[in-house]
Amino acid sequence: MSEKVLMCGNEALGEAAILAGVDGYFGYPITPQNEATAYMARRMPEEGRVFVQSESELAAINMVMGAAATGARAMTSSSSPGISLMQEGISYLAGLELPCVIVNIMRGGPGLGSIAPAQGDYFQATRGGGHGDYRCIVLAPASVQELVDLMQLAFDLADQYRITVMVLGDGILGQMMEPVELRKLPRRDLPEKTWAITGARGRPQNILRSLLMTDNQLELHNKHLQEKYAGICKSETRVEQFDVDDADVICVAYGIAARVVKSAVIVARDEGIRAGWIRPITLWPFPTDAIGMAAEHKGREFLVVEMSCGQMLEDVRLAVNGKAPVRFYGRAGGAVPTVEEVLEQIRKIAPVIVD
Amino acid sequence: MMAGNFLEEVIIAGFGGQGVILAGKLLTQTAMKKDLKVSYIPAYGPEVRGGTANCMVVISDESVACPLVVSPTSLIVMNKASLLKFTPALKSGGLMVMNRTLIDVAAGRDDITLLEVPADDIALKLDNPRGANMVALGAYVTARGILTVDDVAACMPDVLAKRYHDTLEANIKTLKAGAAYIREHYDAVVS
Repeated sequence: MSEKVLMCGNEALGEAAILAGVDGYFGYPITPQNEATAYMARRMPEEGRVFVQSESELAAINMVMGAAATGARAMTSSSSPGISLMQEGISYLAGLELPCVIVNIMRGGPGLGSIAPAQGDYFQATRGGGHGDYRCIVLAPASVQELVDLMQLAFDLADQYRITVMVLGDGILGQMMEPVELRKLPRRDLPEKTWAITGARGRPQNILRSLLMTDNQLELHNKHLQEKYAGICKSETRVEQFDVDDADVICVAYGIAARVVKSAVIVARDEGIRAGWIRPITLWPFPTDAIGMAAEHKGREFLVVEMSCGQMLEDVRLAVNGKAPVRFYGRAGGAVPTVEEVLEQIRKIAPVIVD
Repeated sequence: MMAGNFLEEVIIAGFGGQGVILAGKLLTQTAMKKDLKVSYIPAYGPEVRGGTANCMVVISDESVACPLVVSPTSLIVMNKASLLKFTPALKSGGLMVMNRTLIDVAAGRDDITLLEVPADDIALKLDNPRGANMVALGAYVTARGILTVDDVAACMPDVLAKRYHDTLEANIKTLKAGAAYIREHYDAVVS
């Protein structure tokens, strides 16, 4: 076991990528993820790997595409407005089925917004801001340690499924320092990248393209993608649950908002309220089954807490499917819900049980 | 060392350049090295030197759920603006270290333990004019009793950038001066 070190999320995600064997980092600075770019600028050359500060986010995502096409492990990181600029590239990556990792340390929006932490990019991350029928796997860590672990998983998932994996954090996770163990996780047994463009000597030429105009080539390609996505939903959904079994009120939150909710649930239990929480770790695939099963319990209510005006809320409603009331509490534009605010919502919903 | 479960939530606030961020990191690193659970969040903004600066440190013997501090159990305020901003949020029964050199108003709370420490004066006397943060941290640690100044001193090389390691000795001396001030003037709080 390695020793624990105190690290901010932005630097830790960089070191985790290095542990995962990232070959190239391409990025353009933006607050509140700047420490990630700065860290990689220093560390990647030390490791004899590639660091490029691109001229724009558009360039960064296309550099990622080029590197990924050669079979390299490639990544970029940015924050909300920068991720918006990358959307065209993400759609192309999906069409080409190129593996890569994109980190979004979200800030307030829309527009240039603010540099304060937010969760307003949930729709963009889980629905795709680019065009076409595609999905990205979206991982939502709630601590710096989980960020380190999920970054490594992200590269494996990307290679296993030939897909873009987005790690979705927020300004707090990026800036926050917590003790981390920089442990290298065992790599999955991954398929060889026989599709990579590595020079065709001694083998047939590989072609990577997303323009599929003849016959029903593109529909077949879409069917193939959907089958792949269905497989991911079946095998890769991750969720954490806490005090759910006897709960009258179940809070659903992800990332830093889930940390706030956890504190509120602990205090609520002390007050005699049967509260619990469900924390989606994968936002896509969404833990629909876990939430749906929790909704089967009669008389239960759900409270979704987000640092947005209600985006994951829609996925929770779809999962609950009308079986229980779903309420919402959110702060937006860089504001963060407090423990006391969440508690107040819980108290409104749930009865106090006196044993 | 405190017994049983505890949750210490600290806000350290001042203006940019006073070293509140460094003090916060040092406190967090020290608590981590003592096997306590910790989190640290700097307030980041477009501010430059002279603007407001603060950070939130959570120390507990159980894993930290919410790392955000709204109502601190302890507050270290290095200038008047910070005092005015954060004093109302301090929990009843909480601990406040106030930099008396730069703050000329009263805390206005009679339900807290108030430590008035002339942090800049003490640092200046030690010929360490940027060491008021260390005085305040030494005072806080001594009064709070979760960690010792020796614990903090031992962690200073981990937190201070290598190019400043020639200031280690002076900063440790300044840190201990803060501790000494509390023992001399607030003996009842320490014991």
